Amino acid sequence: MQLALVIDPGKCTSCKQCEMACAYEKEQTFNPAKSRIRIFDFHEEARFVPYTCTQCDEAWCQQACPVNAITTDHASGVKIVHDNLCVGCKVCTIACPFGTINYNADTGKVIKCDLCGGDPACAKACPTDAITYSDVEQSGFEKMKAWAAKTDAAAQS
Amino acid sequence: MHYLVLGAGPAGVTAAETLRKHDKTAKITLLGGEPEPPYSRMAIPYYLIEKVGEDGTYLRQQENHYQDHGIDYVHGTAAALQGKAKRIKLTDGSEIQFDKLLICTGASPITPPVPGLDRDGVYNCWTLEDARHIARLAQKGEPVVLMGAGFIGSIILESLALKGVNLTVVEMGDRMVPRMLDETAGVMLQQWCENKGVRVMTKTMISEVTDGPEGLTVHTKDGDKLDAKLLVVAAGVQPNIGFLASSGVEIEHGILVDHYMRTSVPDVYAAGDVCQATDFSTQKAEMLAIQPVAVEHGRIAAQNMAGKVTPHEGSLNMNVLESMGLITASFGLWMGVEGGDSAKMVDLENNRYLRLEFDGNKLVGGQAVGLTEHVGILRGLIQTELDLGPWKDKLLKSPERLPEAYIAVSHGII
Repeated sequence: MQLALVIDPGKCTSCKQCEMACAYEKEQTFNPAKSRIRIFDFHEEARFVPYTCTQCDEAWCQQACPVNAITTDHASGVKIVHDNLCVGCKVCTIACPFGTINYNADTGKVIKCDLCGGDPACAKACPTDAITYSDVEQSGFEKMKAWAAKTDAAAQS
Repeated sequence: MHYLVLGAGPAGVTAAETLRKHDKTAKITLLGGEPEPPYSRMAIPYYLIEKVGEDGTYLRQQENHYQDHGIDYVHGTAAALQGKAKRIKLTDGSEIQFDKLLICTGASPITPPVPGLDRDGVYNCWTLEDARHIARLAQKGEPVVLMGAGFIGSIILESLALKGVNLTVVEMGDRMVPRMLDETAGVMLQQWCENKGVRVMTKTMISEVTDGPEGLTVHTKDGDKLDAKLLVVAAGVQPNIGFLASSGVEIEHGILVDHYMRTSVPDVYAAGDVCQATDFSTQKAEMLAIQPVAVEHGRIAAQNMAGKVTPHEGSLNMNVLESMGLITASFGLWMGVEGGDSAKMVDLENNRYLRLEFDGNKLVGGQAVGLTEHVGILRGLIQTELDLGPWKDKLLKSPERLPEAYIAVSHGII
């Protein structure tokens, strides 16, 4: 069983607790702009979509990295940026078709969701279970990955 | 089975690893032309500013990585390919026999026909060895001239500027990075660099390099004389194909390959900067000399070599560049297509710019200055060819809503 962030936009109320929790966990600030998960608000349609890295199997960011600074934790599948190796070239930020690995000018490194080492703060903070940390087999996660694969069929083979 | 991979850049290393993944028993030889562990040219600018040491430029960080994967990493330079005999002759006179060959010998800097470029103090910035010389000469306050403000020149420009040299850049074109940025973005970048103390000379060229009080005097065709301790030449690159003369491998600008990365010679494949393969946007054979494309080529070529048939659908041209804090990126057909629509958000005051190019309801290209959040979405939208539906009109009015458009369209919120 592999745990992953499972997102159900239908349950999201856009309370932004996840953004606050992430920013505090990762950057020690209650500034949602520093969060690695973001809620997209579609007010007219009354739809809210939490959005973050899906930890792709064959991750574009990882493959594009010229210095091996992004590795996979084989137990959890999570893709981790190693700050000591990241040179800040940003190639991963243009290679990721989801735009979920981003450059942090303050540190000169890139940042992405790392599932908080297996205890994601966003999922804990979500009051409506729109974000849960659960078994990926029971989710639409695979479907999302399949959709992702359209950007580069070969990367998934 | 013996796979020979010529060239130990990103394409070669990825290919060797991919071959091992799909063929546990074959012999795999990775031939590198430089006396270094396989490293990434992309990382050299960061070595120059001492953000990382030399080992920080290595493509793989695990000790014994190549041995552990059963990859023989050997040093040598190809002199000739004998395709029928399945043999590579090396410059030291030795020969290597192969069953299948991957050519990923990359590219080398062009030295323009300018008198004096053979002087001491003139360097390319291409290899780790070049970088060691530049690191030695580019000391704080020293006068340095950079020839070329293309993509590579502009990446080096940032490193030289951050080292605190007194920097002048001379670019032949009418703006910086003309092949990656439009006029608005190129001029924005130039003003930014000038505000940071870099002298940028466009529409002129270096005509001669002579001795000078600092070591060198760099002359421009307009009569300017620039004293310099160091001249860095970044005038473009050309594929390393010299050893293929009379090999029968078909070449246009680079090695021509089919959708399976095969050259015109049986059992000989090519990948990376040396090859001319399908561009996603034009579906024509183009030279896309960028790291992610080299990796993609290497992986796909290796899969095909190992019998796992994988067509190459085309790689997307894209680039990202930082210049002393200003980040620019471009994707696909950023200059637009005939009959297509264009949307621009220009914020000169805050150095922000976003240009989107559409063909019908699809995004086909774009460029961004000073905007980095979710920038990869440009790639995602271009390469998935998503129909933007009503979001196209919203983007024509407000291009900066691009991330929203992507999420909305991919979640069926239209």
